[in-house]
Amino acid sequence: MFKGILKEQTIQVGIGFVFIVVLLGTFILPEWMSNNFMYGLSRGLAVLGLMILWRTNLVSFGHALYYGFGAYAVAMAQKYLGVTDVFLRIIIAIAAAGLLGFVLGFILRRYREIFFAMLSLAFSMVLYGLLAKAEFLGSTDGMSISPSTMFGFELGRFGLFYFIGFVVILSLIFAHAYLRSSLGHLTTAIMDNEIRVEYLGYSVEKAIHIKYVISACLAGGAGGLMAAALGQVDPDSMVLWSVSGELVFVTIMAGLGNILAPFVGAIFFEFIRTYAYEFAPQAWQMIIGGTLLAIIFFLPGGLWSLFQKINPFKKEKK
Amino acid sequence: MQFLITVLLDGLIYASYLFIVSLGLTITFGVMKILNVAHGGFFAWGAYLASISIIYLGDNEYNSFLYYFAIFLSAIIVGLFFGYIIERFILRKMYNEDIHLIVLATFGLFWILEDLILHVFGVDPLMPYYPAMELGGIELGGIFQGVYSLTLAGLAIIVAFICWYFLKKTKYGKVLQSVIFDREVSVSMGINVTKVYLITFIIGGMLGALGGAYIAPTISVSPGFAIDVVVMSFAVVVIGGMGSVPGALIGSLIVGLVRAFAVHQAPILELFIIYAIMAIVLIIKPEGLFAPPKPRKI
Repeated sequence: MFKGILKEQTIQVGIGFVFIVVLLGTFILPEWMSNNFMYGLSRGLAVLGLMILWRTNLVSFGHALYYGFGAYAVAMAQKYLGVTDVFLRIIIAIAAAGLLGFVLGFILRRYREIFFAMLSLAFSMVLYGLLAKAEFLGSTDGMSISPSTMFGFELGRFGLFYFIGFVVILSLIFAHAYLRSSLGHLTTAIMDNEIRVEYLGYSVEKAIHIKYVISACLAGGAGGLMAAALGQVDPDSMVLWSVSGELVFVTIMAGLGNILAPFVGAIFFEFIRTYAYEFAPQAWQMIIGGTLLAIIFFLPGGLWSLFQKINPFKKEKK
Repeated sequence: MQFLITVLLDGLIYASYLFIVSLGLTITFGVMKILNVAHGGFFAWGAYLASISIIYLGDNEYNSFLYYFAIFLSAIIVGLFFGYIIERFILRKMYNEDIHLIVLATFGLFWILEDLILHVFGVDPLMPYYPAMELGGIELGGIFQGVYSLTLAGLAIIVAFICWYFLKKTKYGKVLQSVIFDREVSVSMGINVTKVYLITFIIGGMLGALGGAYIAPTISVSPGFAIDVVVMSFAVVVIGGMGSVPGALIGSLIVGLVRAFAVHQAPILELFIIYAIMAIVLIIKPEGLFAPPKPRKI
């Protein structure tokens, strides 16, 4: 599955991109700007998960469920088990979200189109309803997360940034390996015609289920990283339906063309939000909404289609 | 007993208000197959416009009859103005797009409408309590209840009746049903579907705005208060069946009563239980409890 994957251009460009972002963020840029890079990389994981789902034309309007679940898993592990190690944190976040995705996947894999979107929305709001009202889970104030450690030493901001870059590279490799495998190709075929795929002897539901769990793991990982980066988890900014909407928005803004696109898109989104908030605190939602409409109308391929037009690495078609 | 009455009253009032809002959403979905997130924007705009008119009227001690006039007028203005702009210039260009993209576009519009409110009406909460104060309250089985809230139930019944009469008894209602049933055949029969879409969207928007405008005197209208209503009316519409008018009625009754019960018995479950019902309905009967039967197409 992973054979020769490092020689693929997408992965090479991806690793280069992450290195540049991490170096820029840790050495060159001021802190507020590098925060955007850090959050963008983390949330990009969730967007990557959505993009993988979208390739089968399944759009989840409740992916904040896994995003928030991963983040709260980190918070819980710290509260009850005292876990602050960054490796353990990310593993717990991914495992928790993956397990939830596996269970819910049995139900969701039967749904398509708007019903899929609505059912995922319902599930995410169920979690929101619990988190927002439960006192022992911090209700709407959420919970704070102590700084991450690695092997007993405090990681610091730079260390966390490197770690996020490392996780992102691993996910890129994994996502690419998945998408180029026959299972990954199958899901595009499912979008075209499910019945034909069934005739070929594959199980459509199983393929979608696997895809769904992968997507949930990625979103959970993003939540875990964000929890560590922000030092805070709360339901309104992690589980509410508008967060899911934001993630879907970033997916469409980034474009579905390439596994790097989600990270570019997520970083871009963080910058729009920061700048819009900085210069027009009462109009930032308007700016974001306007951007969304502009992208849908004028740039249907997303930001990535801009890169494709000027791509210096573009190979001639054989 | 007292507890039961409280829950029933609270639930019915909340259900009436949810019904008016969700009716707009379900009509829009039934006819246009659009899940309109911007419905929350209509709701908020209706509430704000009604609030400032009521506050203006109340401060200058006009006839209290004018309050209700202002409420309905706000709803009509908001529905006409934003409904026309949004349908004519944005949604109309998108009908051939993927359904998810349309939802996203309305999501973007929701953001824009939310922020426009901050610019037009400012960030301070408004409290247009005059109509509710004037009507006072009565004792019902030992429970003190504001009369204004009770009129909400009356309004819901009137709206439901008008809607039923309109759909079943008038020519336009029949045209609407044929468009819901099959868009292309309706076009070939000479129905101006573009116009039907526009009018439907405007009416849907008006209903959303009416819900907001009528509830405004009982709450404090502040920025961002529509965000819960959107997803709550989504739950209602999904439970009842997307595009079904009786479904919206039953859905809002279920949500209203269950919520009222949870608020009084187990506040921790208030939101959880509503969305759990939504999820369970989707799992057991994805089309919703009262979805109109789907035509089989070849």
